[in-house]
Amino acid sequence: MGRILLLVELKGGNDGLNTVVPYADPEYRELRAGIGVPRERVVQLDEKVGLHEKLAPLMDAWKAGDLAIVQGVGYPYPNRSHFRSIEIWDTASASSQTLSEGWVAQAFKGTKLAGGVGVDCIVADTNALPSTGPSLRTIVMQDAENFLRQANAIGRASAMADVGNPALGHLLAVRQEINAAAAGLRDRLRDAPPPTEAYPQELLLGRQLDLATRVLSARVPVVAIKVALGGFDTHANQMPAHERLLASLASNLAILRRNLIAANLWKDVVVVTYSEFGRRAKQNASGGTDHGTSAPQFVMGGEVKGGLYGAYPSLSDLPDGDLRHTVDFRNVFATLARGCWGQSCDFGLRQPQRLGFLT
Amino acid sequence: MSTRLGRRRFVGGAAVLSAGLSSGLWSVVPAQAASAMGFDDARHLLSRTSFGATPAEIRNLEAVDYTVAVDRLLAAPRREAMTPAPDWIGMGPAELQRLQKAADAQRKAGVDGKKLEVRLPVRDQGRELKNWWIEEMIATDQPLVERMTLFWHGHFTSSLMKVRYPSALFRQNALFRREALGNYASLLRAVARDPAMLIYLDGSGSVASQPNENFARELLELFALGEGQYGEADIKAAARAFTGWSVDRESGQFVEHPGRHDDGQKTFLGKSGRFGGDEILTILLAHPRTAEMIVEKLWREFVSLKPDPAEVTRLAAGFRQGGYEIKPLMRALFLSAAFRDPANRGALIKSPVDLIVGTVHVLGLPVPEKTGLVRMLQGLGQVPFDPPNVKGWAGGESWISTYTLLLRQQFLRRMIEATTVAPMDGGMRMADRPNRRADRREQLPAAEALQMMDPPRPVEGRSLRNAGAEVRLGSTLAGVDSAMLVRTLLPLQPIDGADANGTAGAVVASALLDTTYQLK
Repeated sequence: MGRILLLVELKGGNDGLNTVVPYADPEYRELRAGIGVPRERVVQLDEKVGLHEKLAPLMDAWKAGDLAIVQGVGYPYPNRSHFRSIEIWDTASASSQTLSEGWVAQAFKGTKLAGGVGVDCIVADTNALPSTGPSLRTIVMQDAENFLRQANAIGRASAMADVGNPALGHLLAVRQEINAAAAGLRDRLRDAPPPTEAYPQELLLGRQLDLATRVLSARVPVVAIKVALGGFDTHANQMPAHERLLASLASNLAILRRNLIAANLWKDVVVVTYSEFGRRAKQNASGGTDHGTSAPQFVMGGEVKGGLYGAYPSLSDLPDGDLRHTVDFRNVFATLARGCWGQSCDFGLRQPQRLGFLT
Repeated sequence: MSTRLGRRRFVGGAAVLSAGLSSGLWSVVPAQAASAMGFDDARHLLSRTSFGATPAEIRNLEAVDYTVAVDRLLAAPRREAMTPAPDWIGMGPAELQRLQKAADAQRKAGVDGKKLEVRLPVRDQGRELKNWWIEEMIATDQPLVERMTLFWHGHFTSSLMKVRYPSALFRQNALFRREALGNYASLLRAVARDPAMLIYLDGSGSVASQPNENFARELLELFALGEGQYGEADIKAAARAFTGWSVDRESGQFVEHPGRHDDGQKTFLGKSGRFGGDEILTILLAHPRTAEMIVEKLWREFVSLKPDPAEVTRLAAGFRQGGYEIKPLMRALFLSAAFRDPANRGALIKSPVDLIVGTVHVLGLPVPEKTGLVRMLQGLGQVPFDPPNVKGWAGGESWISTYTLLLRQQFLRRMIEATTVAPMDGGMRMADRPNRRADRREQLPAAEALQMMDPPRPVEGRSLRNAGAEVRLGSTLAGVDSAMLVRTLLPLQPIDGADANGTAGAVVASALLDTTYQLK
C-alpha cells in the first residue's frame, strides 16, 4: 500500500526568498532593502535561514521532524512565463521540450493500478495537468456534492459494445469513467466523517483541503489529490499580500496535519508545495518582485524525514539577477514517485538524484 | 430579416441566391433537382464547414448539387472581417507599455493592501480582442473562412499570454483570414515576418551573436517538416538564417536589421549557402513532408480522427505541385470519398468553439456580450488568442475529459435554461397571456406570421425544458417539427433516448444534452 500525494500548487510564482529567508546573509538585506523580512520577524531554522514569521503554524511539524524543506529547486534554462513554466513543472519536461502527459501520470505509465473505485486522482482546483494521461483516471471537482449532482444529471452511459465510431466511443468511455467515479465516491464521501477541525472557508484552499480531508478519511484509494492557492504573482507592493498568503497556507496546512493525525492518516499522506517559479533576487521599483527562477518546496507527512535539503542558492552569484537552482525539481518528483508509490522514473534526467526526505 | 438570412448566403436557396447574385459573388449555377445532395449530405457539409447549421440553412442547401455547393463555398472567400475592429489596433508596443506601466503604478495598494481597480490596457485589449473574434464567428456570412482562420491560428500559434501586445495578435488574425483559403507558401513567409510570431517564438531578439533557436525549432517541427525529418544542426543553421528579423518597438511592425544578421555560410538539410530566412523557407517548401503534414492536420480538422495515408499522399502531392494553393486542396478534401462517407458523419468531436458558437447560432440566441462565451471556452480549453502552448490545441479526443464533458453538459444546460425566446416588447406580458402568439400564428399563414413578429430575444429563467407548449424557440428553430429538430441538431441517432414526442422545447433540450450532440 502506497502513500497518497497531496499536491499544493502555489499559483503565480512564490517568492522563495521571503518564504524561507536567508536572514543572516548581508546580500539579502541589500537585494531586499524595502521588502526584506526583518531578522526579528524570522523564525530561525538554523544559523542561516528561517521561516517568515507568518509561517509559524508550520513549526509544530518542523519540531516533530515531519516537515522537510527542499531549497533552491528549479531547472536549467528557466522559462519566465507563468503558463509555460507551470507546464514544464506539471509535465516534468526539460525547458525546451513540450510534453502533454503529466508527471504523476508518467510515473504510472505501464502500471496496472489495482481496481480502485473508478478514480485515481482528484483535482480540487482546475489545473489537472500533473495527472493528465492515459494511465490515470482523474476527476476534477471543486466540491463533491456538485460533482455527484452533475454526474447524476449526465446519466449512465448505455453499454454499447462497439459503436464503430472512435469519437463516439471516446465520449461513451469518458462518460463511463464519470459514472464509475461517481459510483465509487458517492457512498464513501457521504459516509465520511467531517474533519475534526474545520478549515477557514474564505479561501478556496480551505474548501479544497476540506474535500481532500474527506477523501482521505473516506479511504478512497487515490494516488494523488491536488489543491491550489492563487495570488503569488506579487509584482507590486508585495509585502501585505504575500504575508496574507503565507499565513493562509501555513494555518491551512497546520489544520490539515492535525486533522490527519486525529484520523490516524498522517503517515499515509505526503504533502508537497510547488510553484511555477520563484521571483527575482532583487526587488523591483514598485515594492514587488518580478518572475524569477528557483524557490524552496515544503514536503510534509508522518513518514517524511524533516530538515533542510539542497543548498540555499548563493546571493552573490546571480546570473542575470536570478538565483541559480541547486536542485532540479525532477529529482524531487522522482523521490516522491518512489517514496509514495514505489515507482522508479527519472523524468529524463541523465543523473537522477534521490533526495533523503522520503524513503 | 435580410441580415439574418444573409449570414449564410453561400448555401443558396431562392432568397439567398438572389442576394449572392446581386452582389456578384458567384456565377449563376441553378440547382439541379436530379443531383440534389439531400438533407444528410447538406447537414454534414455545413457541420464541417460552418459553426452548426439551422434547419433553414440545411434546407437551402439540400436541393443543390454537391459539387456546386462546394464550389460556392470556396468561390469568393471573404478576406476581411465584417465586425468593426477595436479602436486600439494601431497602438505601438512602446505606447501600450507606457500605458500599462502607468496603470500598474496606479494600482498601488489601498489601506488593506487591496489592489485598486484600474483599467489595465493589456488585459482589457486582450478581452476585447477575444470578444471581437467570437462576435465575428457568430456574425460572419462565411463561417468557413473563420474556421480556416482558427485552423491557421492553431497551426501557427501565438498567444496573448506571451506576446502581451493585442494589436499584433489582431494583425496576425487578419493575416490568417486574408490567406485563410489563399496560399500556404505566402502564409508561411508572412508568418515568419509576423510581429506576434516574432515575439511569441523569440525571433525578435535573435541576433547573429546570440541566435535564438525557438522559432527555427518550431518551424521545422510544427510548421513544416515534422519531427524526425531534421537534426539539431539544421535547427542551429535555420536559427542563424533568421537572425536580424525583428519588431520595431515604436510601430510594432516587422523590421529587418542587416547588422544583426548572420550572413555566413550555413548547411541546412544537406544544402549549403549564405542562407537568409527566405532561402530556408524555400528549402522547406520543396520538401514533400511539409505538404503532407498540413494535409494530415486538415484531415483531422475536417474529415475524421484518422487520416488515410494513401489519400494524404495524393492530396499532398497535388497541394505541393499546385504551388500550395489552399482552395483547390480544400475542394479536393470536401469532394473526397472519405469526406462524404456516411461512416464519417458524426466522426469528429466538436471543439469548444464548435459547441459554444454553434449552439448560440443554431438556437438563434442573441448574446450581446461575448465575455461569458469566452469564459465558457476557457473552461472547456479553447480560448482564441491563447492556445495552450506552441503546439496549439491537440483537439480530437483530447477535447473530452471527465472534467470538460461535465462542464460541456453544464454549459448546455445553462443555455437551455435561458433560451425561451419571446417577442421583444411582449416578454413580460407573454406570461399573463401565454397563448397569444400561438393563437395568432394559427390564424395566419406561416410566412406572414413570421414577418409580423418582432426580432425575438430570450426570456431569462424560462426553460426550454419546462416551458411546456408555450415554449418560444428562436426564429432559427421556431415552427420546425420534432423529427426535423432532432435530425438538424444531431449527426447520428440520439443514444440517450431523445424526447421526440415532447414539446418542441423539450425535444431541443434533450437533443442538446444527448451525447451525440458533442459530435459533428
